[in-house]
Amino acid sequence: MIELLISGIISCICAFFAVFFVTPPLINFLEKNNFTVKDVNKKENVMVARPGGISIILGILISEFILYAFLQLNEILAIIITTFGAFLIGYIDDRKIMGGWFKPVTLAIASLPIIFLGAYDSNLTFPLFGDVQIPLLYIGLIIIMIPITGNTINSIDVLNGVASGFMVIASLTLSICLFILQNYEIAIVSLPLVFVSLAFYKFHKIPSKIFPGDSGALTFGAMYGVIAIVGGVEIIAAVALLPAIINSFLFLSSVKQVVEHRQIKGKPVEHTSDFKLKSTNDKTAPITLVRLILAGGPLSEKQIVFVIFKLTIFSGILAIITAFMMGVSI
Amino acid sequence: MKFGLFGFLFGMWILIIIGGGIMVGLLGPFSLQPFGDFHWIITSGIKAVIAIILVIIWILILSKLKNWIFKKDILS
Repeated sequence: MIELLISGIISCICAFFAVFFVTPPLINFLEKNNFTVKDVNKKENVMVARPGGISIILGILISEFILYAFLQLNEILAIIITTFGAFLIGYIDDRKIMGGWFKPVTLAIASLPIIFLGAYDSNLTFPLFGDVQIPLLYIGLIIIMIPITGNTINSIDVLNGVASGFMVIASLTLSICLFILQNYEIAIVSLPLVFVSLAFYKFHKIPSKIFPGDSGALTFGAMYGVIAIVGGVEIIAAVALLPAIINSFLFLSSVKQVVEHRQIKGKPVEHTSDFKLKSTNDKTAPITLVRLILAGGPLSEKQIVFVIFKLTIFSGILAIITAFMMGVSI
Repeated sequence: MKFGLFGFLFGMWILIIIGGGIMVGLLGPFSLQPFGDFHWIITSGIKAVIAIILVIIWILILSKLKNWIFKKDILS
């Protein structure tokens, strides 16, 4: 237990400071080499460095390798390989515009190490009702879960600080739930995601100095998905992720096909004269979480981000209640 | 509107809990013995089909819930 605690503390410190110290020089490097994109929600012509996925994956790899040195768990190897695979997929998408099929298909392939390393339990646990054994179906679940979590986090990365701030709340919730369920090893293994997200949020919050890009968002989402699988907390993870799931659900149910955001012509939101955001009247534009938040009237970028964080905290509370309900059987 | 979003989140959570109950109640005890060594493959296949049907029903209910809560906002 002491070894677990020491490895947890060391990995969390390394996760936080690796991102904290690597991100500023990365921003300088990206800006000097013109790896920047326009921040469309700013009045002035602000260019922001991208992708920040490089510092995110560095923090995750360092901390998870430290944990592996202490704990020697196949689950950690599954996290490292799948998350690194997701980073590479995102990095390719950052550098080159790929088709709508690219991310789902390649993320499904990136999930295979979880199966090959046997880092899962094919029992799906539900609150109040207990387990259901689905050996073959569970393999299918693994293959679709990583693309879903990866793309879900990627689709919510639309405003300054949302993806990283959202990840801080959701991953902290997941870690708390793992502690509640007394799955201490995976709880410790999940903590670096909280600290990496927190360190990155410092640079990503309004006004952003760096964007995570697809490489960062997919890294966040894929690692979250692997933790849910290896920790056996798939349902709790889904509950904690609900605001992002709502966003994807609203988008898909309005466009009625799997398509890249950049391929959609109608914009769900537009700017007012004082550069607040407001819901568009364009009937062809997809319905998104931000568009629904703006249905009540124009809001600043900062106000929308806080509404999303409030929704995430609410779903985090529901996830923690769900974790307590796991121990109750009716 | 903001309350609508919180309500939608809560509705999704309730649907997950109920869906879990149906999964455990319906899929958990489901078994086919007369197919010899291959019974677990056939059982898994049937479980997969039932699960997919349940997910489709879940999405349809969610769509209705979304239209009911956000009807005014979506039309505006």
